[in-house]
This record gives sequence, C-alpha cells and structure tokens, in this order.
Amino acid sequence: MHKTSIIAAFALALLASSVNAETVAERAVTCFACHGEHGTSETENTPSLGGQQAAYALIQLFMFREKLRTFDPMNEITKSFSDDDLKAFSDFIATLPKPQVPTEASDAARMQKALAIINANHCNSCHKPDFSGSDNVPRLANQREDYLTKTLREYKDNTRHGYDGTMADVMGSVTSEQIPDLAYYISRVK
Amino acid sequence: MIATSSPRSLWLAGVFLGALTVAAAAQQASPSPLPPGSPLIGQPDNEAASKLRPQVAPPLATSADKLPIAKLKVPQGFNIEVYASGLNNAREMALGDKGTVFVGTRLVDKVYAIVNKDGKREVKVLASGLYRPNGVAFHNGTLYIAELSQVSKIDNVEDHLDDPPKPTVIYDKLPKDEAHGWKFIAIGPDNKLYVPVGQPGNNVLHDDAHGQIRRMDLDGKNDEVYALGVRNSVGFDWNPENKQMYFTDNGRDWLSEDVPNDELNRITKKGEDFGAPYCYQGNIPDPEFGWGHSCSEFVAPVGLMGPHAAALGMRFYTGNMFPKSYRNAIIVARHGSWNRTNKFGGDVVVVHLDKDGKVKDIEPLVTGFLQDNKYVGRPDDVMLMKDGSILISDDWNGAVYRVSYGKSKVAAQ
Repeated sequence: MHKTSIIAAFALALLASSVNAETVAERAVTCFACHGEHGTSETENTPSLGGQQAAYALIQLFMFREKLRTFDPMNEITKSFSDDDLKAFSDFIATLPKPQVPTEASDAARMQKALAIINANHCNSCHKPDFSGSDNVPRLANQREDYLTKTLREYKDNTRHGYDGTMADVMGSVTSEQIPDLAYYISRVK
Repeated sequence: MIATSSPRSLWLAGVFLGALTVAAAAQQASPSPLPPGSPLIGQPDNEAASKLRPQVAPPLATSADKLPIAKLKVPQGFNIEVYASGLNNAREMALGDKGTVFVGTRLVDKVYAIVNKDGKREVKVLASGLYRPNGVAFHNGTLYIAELSQVSKIDNVEDHLDDPPKPTVIYDKLPKDEAHGWKFIAIGPDNKLYVPVGQPGNNVLHDDAHGQIRRMDLDGKNDEVYALGVRNSVGFDWNPENKQMYFTDNGRDWLSEDVPNDELNRITKKGEDFGAPYCYQGNIPDPEFGWGHSCSEFVAPVGLMGPHAAALGMRFYTGNMFPKSYRNAIIVARHGSWNRTNKFGGDVVVVHLDKDGKVKDIEPLVTGFLQDNKYVGRPDDVMLMKDGSILISDDWNGAVYRVSYGKSKVAAQ
C-alpha cells in the first residue's frame, strides 16, 4: 500500500476511535504507526515524540488542529480533537521514553564544529545545553537527524511558521551550510 | 566549507578545517559573540540571564469559569468582570458603530467579533487563515486588519457579521520579518491609517523600511514615514485636546535588569526621530550603536513606562463614567516583562499628563495579572466603550474583561 494511503487509513481509524471511550494509550497506537513504537521514529523525516515537553507538544497539536502548521495527515488526525484531547495526547507524549543516544561513535571534529555554531547562536540558551528543552521550548536531543535538518531549513525560509516567530528570527543568522552540522550534533548529543 | 560527509582520506583535512572553524568562531566570540541580527545579541553569559526567555501565551483559551478574575484588583469604586472568553490570543480591539467589538490575534490566524445578538453576547470568528492579524481598527463602517506584512479591510463589516467577505488587501509594501512584525494600527484625526514597522530584532541598525511609524490614506495610497527611531510600538492614540499623537515604544532587551525603560512618546511634527537603536529612554546611548551619537539628537520621551514592562495598547480616556481625574488621561496595558528576573508590569495603568503634555504620574488601574512572579494573565490592549467603561484584552487567557465605575456592575447583555 502507498505510504499516504496508509497514513490516511490510520487517520480514519483514529477519527473513528475518538468517538469511543478508549484510553489515550490505546488511541496512540495510530501515532506509533509513523512515529515509531513508543514514540521513537524509524520513519524518514518523521519526528520521534518520546520525552517531548508537554507544553510544546500541546502547541504543535493545537497548530495542526487549527491548520496553523500544515501536514495533511496530522491536520486530518487532529481535526476532531477537543481541547481536552489535545491536552491528553500532549501529556501522554511527554511520558513516552526519550529517544536513545546513538551507540556508534560520532565524528569528534564535526561535533566540535557544530558546538561552535551552537554557542555562537545561543541555541543552548532556550533548548538547554543537553537539548532537553523546557515548557514550550522543545526537547531536541537525539531527534532524527533528517527531521532536524528539514525543520531547521523550514524555519530558516519561514515555510514552517512557528507558534511565535522566535525560530525564524534565530535562524536568520544561521547559514544553510551550517544546518546539517547542527542536525548532526543535536541528533547525537549526550 | 563542505558539510557533506567526506571520504576517509579526507578525514584529517576535515579535522584541520574543523579546528580552523572553531578558532574563527572563538575569535568572533569577543566582543560580539552573535551574528548580526540575532535576537539574543547582548545576552550576558550568566545563570540569571540564561533563565530568561520570551513568555509565550498558552495555545488554548481559558474557559470562562477558570479565568483569574478573582485575582484582578481595581481601585475602590471600580468593578471588573469577564466580558467575553474563548478568543484565543486576544490582542488589539476595535469598536464598531453598532457596538461590535473586533479582536485581532497574534499567534493564531483569526479576527473575532464579539456581537450582541438577541440580547446575548456571542463570540464569532470573523476572518481566519490570516497571518498574525494582530491589528484591527474601525472607521466609517469599515474594519481594517493588519497582518504581519499587509493591511486589508472589510467594508460595511457590521452588516456582514454572518456572511463576512474575505478582507481586501489595501497595502502590502511591508517587510516580512517575524521579529516585531505584528502590528497595532489606528486611524488618526487626519483620517489617515497609521501602521508601525518595528526594528527587525532586539537591537539592530535597521534599514529605511524599519523602525518607524508610517501613515497612509485609507485606501493604502500616499504612504509616508511619519516617525523614525521607533523600536517596537504596539499602541498609540491621539490627545483629544490638541490632536498630538502619543505612542508606547518598547525598550531593548539585555542591556540590564532595570534599564532601559519603555517609552511613552509624543509626536509634535512629521519626521521626528525617537532614537532607536542609538539612544533609549532619552538618556541612555546604546552601548553598541550609540557611539558617534548623542541622545540630544533625538526626541526624548514624555514619560518612562518601566523596565521591560512591554507597554502596549493605550487610549486616552474620553468617557464620562470614570471619576473626573481620569478624563483625558491615558490608559495603558503593560503586557509585562520577560527580560527581567523579577517580572515587572502585567497591569493596566493610568497615565496623567501635566500642562505640557508630559507624564505627571502613573497609577494602577488593574493589577493581579502577575502572581508570585508568574503570569496568570497578560493585558494587551484597552478600549473605550460608549458607556464610558473600558475593555481589556488578555492574550494569555484569550479573554476580554470590562472595567466599570459605580453601581452598574455588569455590562448590558
């Protein structure tokens, strides 16, 4: 089956299930289809959800529902969510296990180079030195590298609108060439 | 430098180049560690500063029964009540001729209308799919809406509350920067539309398209720069006595905990320069851009509104309900600080002017939005109602409150 139709099928399944009195954990099975078992994604360009800050997750789910952030499968899934659903799912996401630190050794020189970019742009000021985030600032640590690259690019050209403009603003001074190094570091940070 | 992965044989070269880059970055780290335009310019490297970051309103509007109304305090004789709830991220307000209250938003895509229908107040979505439609103004039946980089209008809007047409764009010659890109708008006594364009960052040497207040005809034509050296104004109104324009302007971040103050400025003629980014609060040369300049080159503020206070929406009080001492005073919503360890503002204040039109004193009107150094609400704009009461928007809770004086405690439904 084509990937989009799988997503659409799951979206429909979730829409159907939301009318039943299922627990959030039961309903979240649909999320795991793309976001990976227990929220660690193995799908290209699709983020891991585990350990995400609940306040940030709530903002993203709200933005999907309101179509302030556009991605068809997520817009479809959240379309019928109540405010309480949004809260229940964001709280649940925060309880999932954090993505693991990759076991293979990272390129020390590239990590150093990326750290210099991070320090110069104070990424660690809001996201914390360990990239765990807090409150409405997302956890980025050990997020998928391809998703980080994609997202940073989208923030830089403002094709992904943040809830507020902070990331568009911050990315103004980061060059396109620096983005892969940032993603490399953040996906491997210990 | 090439960022893609390289063959093994180039590994050593990669280390060498990487080391050079680190060295280059370290050199840049002093004295200005950040690339130009970064919003974090000036942030000192210490623990207290690292704890500060912009406070973002929660996405969901607070339900009516959970609003912090019991915590909000008004002076003796005044009353405060919830006027409307469920308006996510309520920002600037405008009053229609027929009593409709229009409310813009910054973090969602909607403009709301609070309408009185069959004796009942109701919140409607008037327009959606807009980009940061913070600003709303009403004039002769027409609603003007300011998004991040364009202004549009809906004619005879109060006749189309149930079937509103899409807003028609009248002006789009605006920068698209996110930083200070949201707009407060108003129509002056000269029947011109006033549109601010903030500095595109905390403290930047802006180009000719930024750091100003423009004005234009109501069809968007004949635009001109009316005031310069404006960092980020999110509120203005005209003195009913002499028609002079007053505006709030937010001071820069990261200079210190206690300065600069936000400014209250007065424009006496077109083309005046209020100092940003060279001089703040009339007497502090900017440590970076102030070199080669003197604060005396610029028009000083008529009053200071507090450090990092975020003095936003402001209106002269021309109503008859409040005591006489409020007449022609300015009511200002101070959204409250983020760039300060002990938060400041988060209140609505009354600014009394002296005979020269300068600030005589500032006294609180509504307090209590700040509890134990945390926001339970944040006032964004104030607006006068026909009966002389005022409305206050709260973007943190997505609500509008009404402040009245005397026995008429509750607004007519």
